Amino acid sequence: MARKKIREYDSKRLVKEHFKRLSGKELAIRSVQVRSNLNTILSFSLMCIETDLNELVEKEPWLSSEKLVVKPDMLFGKRGKSGLVALKLDFAEVATFVKERLGKEVEMSGCKGPITTFIVEPFIPHNEEFYLNIVSDRLGCSISFSECGGIDIEENWDKVKTISVPTGASLTPEICAPLVATLPLEIKGELEDFIQVIFTLFEDLDFTFLEMNPFALVDGKPYPLDMRGELDDTAAFKNFKKWGDIEFPMPFGRVMSATESFIHGLDEKTSASLKFTVLNPKGRIWTMVAGGGASVIYADTVGDLGYASELGNYAEYSGAPKEDEVLQYARVVIDCATANPDGKTRALVIGGGIANFTDVAATFSGIIRALKEKEAKLKAARMHIFVRRGGPNYQKGLAKMRSLGDEIGVPIEVYGPEATMTGICKEAIQYITAAA
Amino acid sequence: MATGQLFSRTTQALFYNYKQLPVQRMLDFDFLCGRETPSVAGIINPGSEGFQKLFFGQEEIAIPVHAAIEAACAAHPTADVFINFASFRSAAASSMAALKQPTIKVVAIIAEGVPELDTKQLIAYACANNKVLIGPATVGGIQAGAFKIGDTAGTIDNIIHCKLYRPGSVGFVSKSGGMSNEMYNTVARVTDGIYEGIAIGGDVFPGSTLSDHILRFNNIPQIKMMVVLGELGGRDEYSLVEALKQGKVNKPVVAWVSGTCARLFKSEVQFGHAGAKSGGEMESAQAKNQALIDAGAIVPTSFEALESAIKETFEKLVEEGKVSPIKEVTPPQIPEDLNSAIKSGKVRAPTHIISTISDDRGDEPCYAGVPMSSIIEQGYGVGDVISLLWFKRSLPRYCTKFIEICIMLCADHGPCVSGAHNTIVTARAGKDLVSSLVSGLLTIGPRFGGAIDDAARYFKDACDRNLTPYEFVEGMKKKGIRVPGIGHRIKSRDNRDKRVELLQKFARSNFPTVKYMEYAVQVESYTLSKANNLVLNVDGAIGSLFLDLLAGSGMFTKQEIDEIVQIGYLNGLFVLARSIGLIGHTFDQKRLKQPLYRHPWEDVLYTK
Repeated sequence: MARKKIREYDSKRLVKEHFKRLSGKELAIRSVQVRSNLNTILSFSLMCIETDLNELVEKEPWLSSEKLVVKPDMLFGKRGKSGLVALKLDFAEVATFVKERLGKEVEMSGCKGPITTFIVEPFIPHNEEFYLNIVSDRLGCSISFSECGGIDIEENWDKVKTISVPTGASLTPEICAPLVATLPLEIKGELEDFIQVIFTLFEDLDFTFLEMNPFALVDGKPYPLDMRGELDDTAAFKNFKKWGDIEFPMPFGRVMSATESFIHGLDEKTSASLKFTVLNPKGRIWTMVAGGGASVIYADTVGDLGYASELGNYAEYSGAPKEDEVLQYARVVIDCATANPDGKTRALVIGGGIANFTDVAATFSGIIRALKEKEAKLKAARMHIFVRRGGPNYQKGLAKMRSLGDEIGVPIEVYGPEATMTGICKEAIQYITAAA
Repeated sequence: MATGQLFSRTTQALFYNYKQLPVQRMLDFDFLCGRETPSVAGIINPGSEGFQKLFFGQEEIAIPVHAAIEAACAAHPTADVFINFASFRSAAASSMAALKQPTIKVVAIIAEGVPELDTKQLIAYACANNKVLIGPATVGGIQAGAFKIGDTAGTIDNIIHCKLYRPGSVGFVSKSGGMSNEMYNTVARVTDGIYEGIAIGGDVFPGSTLSDHILRFNNIPQIKMMVVLGELGGRDEYSLVEALKQGKVNKPVVAWVSGTCARLFKSEVQFGHAGAKSGGEMESAQAKNQALIDAGAIVPTSFEALESAIKETFEKLVEEGKVSPIKEVTPPQIPEDLNSAIKSGKVRAPTHIISTISDDRGDEPCYAGVPMSSIIEQGYGVGDVISLLWFKRSLPRYCTKFIEICIMLCADHGPCVSGAHNTIVTARAGKDLVSSLVSGLLTIGPRFGGAIDDAARYFKDACDRNLTPYEFVEGMKKKGIRVPGIGHRIKSRDNRDKRVELLQKFARSNFPTVKYMEYAVQVESYTLSKANNLVLNVDGAIGSLFLDLLAGSGMFTKQEIDEIVQIGYLNGLFVLARSIGLIGHTFDQKRLKQPLYRHPWEDVLYTK
């Protein structure tokens, strides 16, 4: 639904394919992908290489004749600095390198996750390392370029030159001039052409971010060694031919538990939106909130009131899910919220703002069915339920919630639009702290 | 970006891509505010023109519908707001076309998922031409008591509850459309209400920004304080921070940026809005809230404390005498729509149509209660479908097979019979398929193909009364009625109709009884003794065998059988069957590119 990072392999694939279409010139990029059978699920032990390596060598004979580079292709950077890049290997060594690291958990800038995908390329000896970066911003694009690229780019940041290209303007030599003015004459023309084609390609393919750090000159021709890219996935409807078989991987470190991937599966199947992330399985405050904006604010408020450590999850349902979808969704949330009862009290916050047109009573029916089913679990977990919602037919929905409390014998506090939206967060905190 | 008020009580809009509910909600709001003119001047619905009937209070009004943006702008030169309900695929192109119209000042884009590059082009054009873009991915906005975009502020009940029918003193701007509804309530609870509220939309690059609207609100004298609800992701809030630091805003600003919970997530997180994504530290809710505090905005410690921050700020303004008390008005009652009144059980209305054979309201259509998936999965045929839709029951396979045989046998009978002839002449006159088909069907009646029902009626009556063939035939003769189902122009005793033989053969080996058919055969023996061509024809065979089907299947009561014969079900079989042939003749003539048919003079006897 927005800007999505793509793998280095796909960035290079798109650049290679469309550079030729847009300029008539060939880029010598060669790369292959080696991936695991499992991508998102949290069972690393089952992980193995899915790519058929023999088939790969048959298709790309340079793999067996040249020295190679292999690195994880997992949307994180600083791989060289973290010792995750291997240089000048032959293909057998690459296979060993991959097997040793596939499914191994690594930590990058605070995010932990298994490595599932690698990119393999020929080793390219080179002298200069250039830096190129294009970012889409509100009024245009900014293009940054440096002759001192590579892993020390940040140390050499003062050598990076940046220009802005206003929306709708083309990248004329005048606009481009500050980037390439200081380059030696023999390479200036080639690099200026390269930047221009890459910029055209950036807009043509709805990139929102593109970085080559570094790219080199091989036989006088630009060759991106390392690439990062982000596409605007809302433009998929006009680009699916150009993008080809593109993958939008989840952010690195976002591995899903079985319950999370179950909800993710529900979400993919419906036109509604169903989101569920466990933040702390041992948390004592759990939320199930209608609406994208409101769900974030409920999670915020528990944290802002000082109880982030007790927040079990983030959960959003919106876009008019069907009763059965809400039922399945609520079951999962309640199961997680009531798991491993420890004698301490817990709170379930069933919140929401004042709906525009959603029938509140109708969306509550699925939740009520789930709560009825889970009566015993709710009691075992000493759960108190706090409800707040407004909008069409809210009186009926709230009345149903109130009578449910009597029916199943679980305390349910119910509020409508006369109360503040997040007042029940405060109540939930008071409940779990008072009774503790 | 304009610098002051965008809307007034006379603002009119053009509504692109007609949706009945949002337009009606705008008109209901107008009525509630006591506007004299409806706020929707015209509707643009690509490919259609005319008028759309809608309610303005108790009365119905006709709003002009235009096929093109240019035409609508020319017809309504005073309408300066363009409300775009196009899909995310086409929203950008239609919005650009609207921005290019000199009469249009404000464009609101509702669609979520407009490509970023497309929006950027709209922003560039709007900036260069001093136009205002609201959205994409927004519900719109509202000026209390004056003008409302589309679905903003939800139901009429909510609008009344939040007193949005009359202006208050608070300017509100948020990214989220859903949360703006909540905030209208909050603001109404603790202040004198909203003056104007705008949801800028959740995209990475909204058409107009939080600070654009805050700066505009600062220039509107009726607005005494502002409330801002931002969110994590992007740097929009920093332009507001800059404006505050530069002293461009001299009214109190209460602000909150949501998304402080993003740091609790173990990886990067993308919330529901395209723009609500955790990025660098600068883009976090915490950093933005802090920057707003540093710039002098009133920022609570949590969303829960936002209401009291708004309340205190407003009360301070009241104490300082900066807010003058508002004269409350009672908004008129909006007549309830029949549908919602029925739904809530307040009124009841008689239906005008009753239907018992099919229902298209559920997950899949049902024929006589049988869902489409069972029909397909259980391998039902056309005969089964006919038995469901005509007889409202599943008949045994031999019955439905018989129905199918009847249809196959009667599908066509060459180009010379009256139906096919008419169809051919009509097709050759250049008429369309339906015209050609019905001109052929219209010949079906007492003389052509319409004898099945009559044959069944008379055979049934005679057989049930135990008349001998002699009594039956002679009785008919006395009444001057030819026996239907008997007689053929070409066929005779020695040249039987093959179709009749096939039907009889099938029935003898599949039907439990063939009482009526045997009776018809006895009648035929008698009539053949009178003339060689008085054979049982195909109408008579189908008519009598259908009686056997109805009686022998055990699935129909006597009354039902009488009713089926009475209503004329059986001619339905002929009409259905022959339609197949007539459609074929139409296609045949069109394929052969046959010219207009003209009957030759030589073939007409001209006489006095």
